[in-house]
Amino acid sequence: MPTINEIASYAQTAAQKLGIQKFDIYGSTVDETSVQVDQGEPQQMKASNRSGITVRVWNDAHTVGVTSTTDVDPIGLQLALKTAHEASAFGVKDNVPDFSPEATAAIAHANATDRSPQAEVSQLLQTLVGAEKELLEAHPAIVGVPYNGLAQRDIDRFYLNSVGALRHEAHSYASLYLYTKTEEEGRKPRSAGAFRVSTGLAKLDINGCLKEAAEKTISHLNYEKVKTGKYRVVFSPEAFLSLLGAFSNLYNAQSILDNQSLSTPESLNTQIASPLLSVCDDALHPDNVGAETFDGEGTPTRRVPLITNGVLTSFLHSAGTAKRMNTEPTGNANMGAKVTVSPNFFHVFPGESASEEYSLDTADNVILIDDLSALHAGVQALQGSFSLPFDGWLIKDGKRISIESATVAGDIREVLNSIIYVEKDLEFTGSGVAPRVWVNELSVTGE
Amino acid sequence: MQAPTLLISKELPSLKYTYAPDRFDETWEAPLSILLGLGRAAGADFIEFFLERVNYISCMAEDDAITSISPRLSTGAGVRVFRGKADCYVSTNDLSFNGLKAALEKGLSIMGLHLPSPNAFIPEIHLELLRDYATKKGKDAWLGNCSSMREMGDVLLSANGELAQKADHVQSRRAVYFRDWQEVLVASSDGTFARDIRLAQSVGYSLLCADGTNRSSISKRSGSTSDPSFLRTWDYKADAEDVSGSAAKMLYADYVESGSYPVIMANQFGGVIFHEACGHLLETTQIERKTTPFADKKGQKIAHENLTAWDEGITSDAFGTIDMDDEGMPAQRTLLIENGVLKNFISDRAGSVRTGHPRTGSGRRQGFTFAAASRMRNTYIAPGEYSIEDLFNSVEKGIYCKKMGGGSVGPTGQFNFAVDEAYLIENGKITKPLKGATLIGEATEIMDKISMCSNDLGLAAGFCGSVSGSIYVTVGQPHIKVDSITVGGR
Repeated sequence: MPTINEIASYAQTAAQKLGIQKFDIYGSTVDETSVQVDQGEPQQMKASNRSGITVRVWNDAHTVGVTSTTDVDPIGLQLALKTAHEASAFGVKDNVPDFSPEATAAIAHANATDRSPQAEVSQLLQTLVGAEKELLEAHPAIVGVPYNGLAQRDIDRFYLNSVGALRHEAHSYASLYLYTKTEEEGRKPRSAGAFRVSTGLAKLDINGCLKEAAEKTISHLNYEKVKTGKYRVVFSPEAFLSLLGAFSNLYNAQSILDNQSLSTPESLNTQIASPLLSVCDDALHPDNVGAETFDGEGTPTRRVPLITNGVLTSFLHSAGTAKRMNTEPTGNANMGAKVTVSPNFFHVFPGESASEEYSLDTADNVILIDDLSALHAGVQALQGSFSLPFDGWLIKDGKRISIESATVAGDIREVLNSIIYVEKDLEFTGSGVAPRVWVNELSVTGE
Repeated sequence: MQAPTLLISKELPSLKYTYAPDRFDETWEAPLSILLGLGRAAGADFIEFFLERVNYISCMAEDDAITSISPRLSTGAGVRVFRGKADCYVSTNDLSFNGLKAALEKGLSIMGLHLPSPNAFIPEIHLELLRDYATKKGKDAWLGNCSSMREMGDVLLSANGELAQKADHVQSRRAVYFRDWQEVLVASSDGTFARDIRLAQSVGYSLLCADGTNRSSISKRSGSTSDPSFLRTWDYKADAEDVSGSAAKMLYADYVESGSYPVIMANQFGGVIFHEACGHLLETTQIERKTTPFADKKGQKIAHENLTAWDEGITSDAFGTIDMDDEGMPAQRTLLIENGVLKNFISDRAGSVRTGHPRTGSGRRQGFTFAAASRMRNTYIAPGEYSIEDLFNSVEKGIYCKKMGGGSVGPTGQFNFAVDEAYLIENGKITKPLKGATLIGEATEIMDKISMCSNDLGLAAGFCGSVSGSIYVTVGQPHIKVDSITVGGR
């Protein structure tokens, strides 16, 4: 792939040729390798080196058009600019997107390169085969690890525009997932797993992933049906963050302006959750692996307090939504024909002090939800409702009994308002950091 | 069998091939056959190149404005290297000869192989005469005959205007269209050399209604794979009527009470239950992972004797129809289940190598960054002998699932489906709308409970995400009755 300065130069030349005065480009290059194994043998290995850019062009009538392309040579860039210019004739006439006012603002650690050397494929395979072997030996009932993968990825991303903005950063990631399958005579097959991500293979917590996958699998071997009814529910950090992500229209300014949200502009500074809960979106959180310092419009990312002691304190913004709502962009924009907004990295923590503290060690008839699944199907984000299968345990006198198969249903607004305890210990999950969150009562369908 | 011609690698042509930039054609034969030969000389058992060019555009109308027109242009290639039963896949944006050679070299090195030395003998790969489905079937003109940007905008704005007239309590209206034009070329070391053009288009509505705290959201989409005039002929008036009617009924619906019920599932998109609960478990990918309970059940009864099911790629203009799969194999019609007995699996090349089940023209992928895998095409339950009235009359108290949402199946065969539009059935009659229903079950158990199929088979366009990315598929069925299923609710 050409360098970013070369792309800027190609774009400038092509723009001049096409009579284009105003444009910006967001792009990235990915170089990744991944492996999967099956019973000690390589199953599939993949490598990819690809690039892609999105070009926005403003025409003389000040409307904007967009095109994405994977061809970043001079011919490809010129075609992308030309196509975007054609599309600009059909661009929105109201609330036209513009450059972010912060696209040239100073960023601490700007243009950072945080790279780890990529390991050889043979080393990835050796590592994964070893992990699979150890997991298979953890219990006789574990007969396979059908879903496994070890991947490493280098990402370069950049933003530039026709008035001189130029940002660039590079990161490395390594990730591992291990999901088991069990078989026992007269018992249903069970499955559990774990995931880890780090900045490189050397720092990847492989043992922690192994241990978690094995412990969870073993804990689900002896399962029971759970009776349908209302239960006090404890969400694991991962499960609670899944819900927060699925209903992010609550604090997404673009969704709110599009009437595609459970909130309205007037929801700001109103109580939407229990005072026990606080949530920030914090791209720069130290636990965020490969934290991105700027968004798709070049706006610096930052810590945004979304819910403070239960009060909705801020929305997530692009440059355009911020302008329309008379505030500052927050670094949550994704460039596209229609700029979208999305959270970067959730940080959930206790708000006001709880009047009563709870512990799973002494809980009785409480359901601990470890992992929610099928969110794409079971979440009605615009209605606020959800009905989702989960993996988890019924806690009886402080002891965990695996639940065979069940779903939990409710309304996100009721969930947020019926939180009775936010634990103190935070856990990193990949999409954020959060503690376990206790909710007074939810419907669970079992038998 | 004729012995392959041998070339000496140092005598290979200059390796500075140029290709036609606007079309995958016969000019690719020479560079690809040389690259395939290099791969075989290095010790690979099988090599495949997949070249792809995409011209995609999406358009969205929100309320009374076009808010997004988004073109995407993409080219790329993937090379797959097999050694024994193991394989690797390398993808790249660089379609120059040296770019493809570098991808091949990377793939070989991952498999522990290396390009031959300058004096090595290279087997020449004789590719078949280009099997060009695009030219043969007149597809080369498709892209130029599709709707222009202006026409997209005009149609979607008219459609959204129609929805405004038909619906009450509207909070937001969206009409969305996309056109995905894809040209592919497959060349592999068994001599396969084939080209095709695909044209997937989809258009539909998404309506959100609100009245106080009551909300309903209903979506509807239709799709085409061979009609450049698809958008021009969209009957948006009928769809607006349908979507607004469903949204009105669901706006004040009660939440379903959780429990176990007999369920009647509507035809068309109701087929998603078979797709998720059974179809995925008949893919050889699942056999390879040992995540299907049906792996050793070929020839055995796995479903109710009233159930027969197909997976095929040949129904005219269905959303999963393909002339060839992404491994260059012509599409087929594959009988999956006949009167409850498992007849065949859905298999790609890797699945065939690893499980022994013959290929069925089902090697599919989202694009060049994915290796092909065994995937469904048009998958449906065959019509039965009952009328819809027979099905309803057999239910004393149950649920009618008129519009299904998405669903998924887990690694142990557990599945779940959201129901977007449901009704209570009492004494064979629909009595009131219900919302918040989720159908939950085990694949092995549900298949024996599909006891009645009506005679009104209908197909619907869908999107399926799995190991080789998101692909276009058809789901389908007649109205069916499931004797008992767990319904999650409040």
